[in-house]
Amino acid sequence: MMVFRRLLRDRSALLGLIILATLIVVAIFAYPLATFPQDVTSYDPPHRLLPPSVTYWFGTDRMGGDIYSRLLFGARLTILIAVVATSVSVLIGVPVGLLAGYYNNRFSDLLMRVSDIFLAVPQIVLAIAIAQTLGPAIHNVILALSITYWPFWARLVYAETRSVKNEVFIEAAIALGASPLRVMVLHVLPSIASSVIVRTTIGMGGTILVAAALGFLGLGPPPPTPEWGRMIAESRGFLPQAWWYAAAPGMAILLVVMGFNLLGDGLRDVLDPRMRRDVR
Amino acid sequence: MPPTLLGLVLLVFAISHVVPADPARIMAGENATPEQVAKVRHDFGLDLPLPVQFGHYVRDVVVGDMGTSLFTQRPVADDLLERLPATFELAIYAMVLAILIGVPLGVVAALHRNSLLDHVVRIVTIGGLAMAAFWLAILLQLLFSMWLGVTPVQGRIDGWGPDPITGFYTLDALLRGDWDTLGQALRYLALPVTTLALPAMATIVRFTRAGVLNVMSSNFVFYQAAMGIPRRRVVWKYILRSALIGTLTQIGLIFGTLIANAVVVETVFDWPGLGSYAVGSILQSDYNAIMSFTLFIGVVFIMTNLLVDVAQAVLDPRGR
Repeated sequence: MMVFRRLLRDRSALLGLIILATLIVVAIFAYPLATFPQDVTSYDPPHRLLPPSVTYWFGTDRMGGDIYSRLLFGARLTILIAVVATSVSVLIGVPVGLLAGYYNNRFSDLLMRVSDIFLAVPQIVLAIAIAQTLGPAIHNVILALSITYWPFWARLVYAETRSVKNEVFIEAAIALGASPLRVMVLHVLPSIASSVIVRTTIGMGGTILVAAALGFLGLGPPPPTPEWGRMIAESRGFLPQAWWYAAAPGMAILLVVMGFNLLGDGLRDVLDPRMRRDVR
Repeated sequence: MPPTLLGLVLLVFAISHVVPADPARIMAGENATPEQVAKVRHDFGLDLPLPVQFGHYVRDVVVGDMGTSLFTQRPVADDLLERLPATFELAIYAMVLAILIGVPLGVVAALHRNSLLDHVVRIVTIGGLAMAAFWLAILLQLLFSMWLGVTPVQGRIDGWGPDPITGFYTLDALLRGDWDTLGQALRYLALPVTTLALPAMATIVRFTRAGVLNVMSSNFVFYQAAMGIPRRRVVWKYILRSALIGTLTQIGLIFGTLIANAVVVETVFDWPGLGSYAVGSILQSDYNAIMSFTLFIGVVFIMTNLLVDVAQAVLDPRGR
């Protein structure tokens, strides 16, 4: 509660929170909020490429679909991809980092070597290679993002575990006869949780950007899925006339990623006083 | 470094071998008889055990043989090397632009913390980090090329580029004293370079600002102020030097993001570099080319980080 109240006092964190709350509401109530919910799957060619108006708030696309309605349903997809891919990365990366940081043997070295290999290529390049191999589908996008993102958490947790491991309270727990698993889960993990939470929040934004880029390159879920990156790619054939076609989905991506980044910055200030923004 | 490289080769090999489709069948063509497919499989060594295939792959990669592109029918390594200068020209100009603008902005924002300028810089950097690179590229194209008509929509040059010396069109034009070509090359560069530079600049501003603030609150700066050393001198001589080493370590990372963003930005501007080659290969399902591109970028990335480590050791006496 304390954390939450302090978060609300930080203006930019509050802004991030509002953006994300809106995103979630929009995703849940996409159907009642949409003005033309049927436009996600059906075509309406007579009304194609109309500029923004009272009827079509953000204009219409090449198939006559209402862009506003499609954006709302795209929000569901964005949340799904970001949450699932980031959760899988956390679920792989955190245990790997904990094990590698807690033990100091060949196996832990090997774990970190493996994550170094994944970090040797920019994430989007590796994600492209994997997504291309697996074929364009939503679960393949999620898989590609998970495979490329887990080493970030492994690295972070590894470094934090290493620095916490020599603290007195860990030694005390070991001296009391706690098993390694118990020490890792009940003593190490809570003390490094804040940096994991901060990194996860900011990581969601990064995941959304890469997912959108995959969609833009045609590696995302196939049409007529209202994926934001794909919508921007489709708009390119109708520029400069249909400017709204490209503007609306890009703006949606910008706002959502900004929301995660602002919230992440705010959480860092609140959870980790050492890293406070006004001091750093 | 060598284990990481070998690991990367293994990773790329593994990705290319989980393909559900049978590469021998694709190479043999749609109407091939089972005997023809078997022959192709045998000729390319695809019937050998996986560890043996991996051994052959490593052997080929080490001597620079990355196989043949299914699309261009040329060695992939040749294709990549031919397109390397175009991407490097983009990435290097973007890097230089990002540093030239980002470092002073970060320093000024830190020195005048919580001023109006600091807030404006903060909003710009937050926006720059949250924007999809391909979207920014399209917006710039829409505004400057399509509406205002001051820059070319896409491409690298009208017609053919200058005879290659370095492969950088601007540098080649300069060396040959061809001012028309130089101006033209710069006009073509303007938008893709700006697109790539913005997120890089945002990162540099953040790190420079944080670094300067960190050093400003350190004991030795208090001491110097107490000794009566003029603030201007403290800033220029002591604060900047220690703060900028932190920024330098980020440059390797930023170069990686630049190359990664180049994949999509080159597509938008139809820039004939590595990125558009990779995307072309995706559309053609030319997985040999995609895997080689991944490996190639990995090597560039590892080299850059090595260079940054060396530069840091030279600049930072604490690391010696």
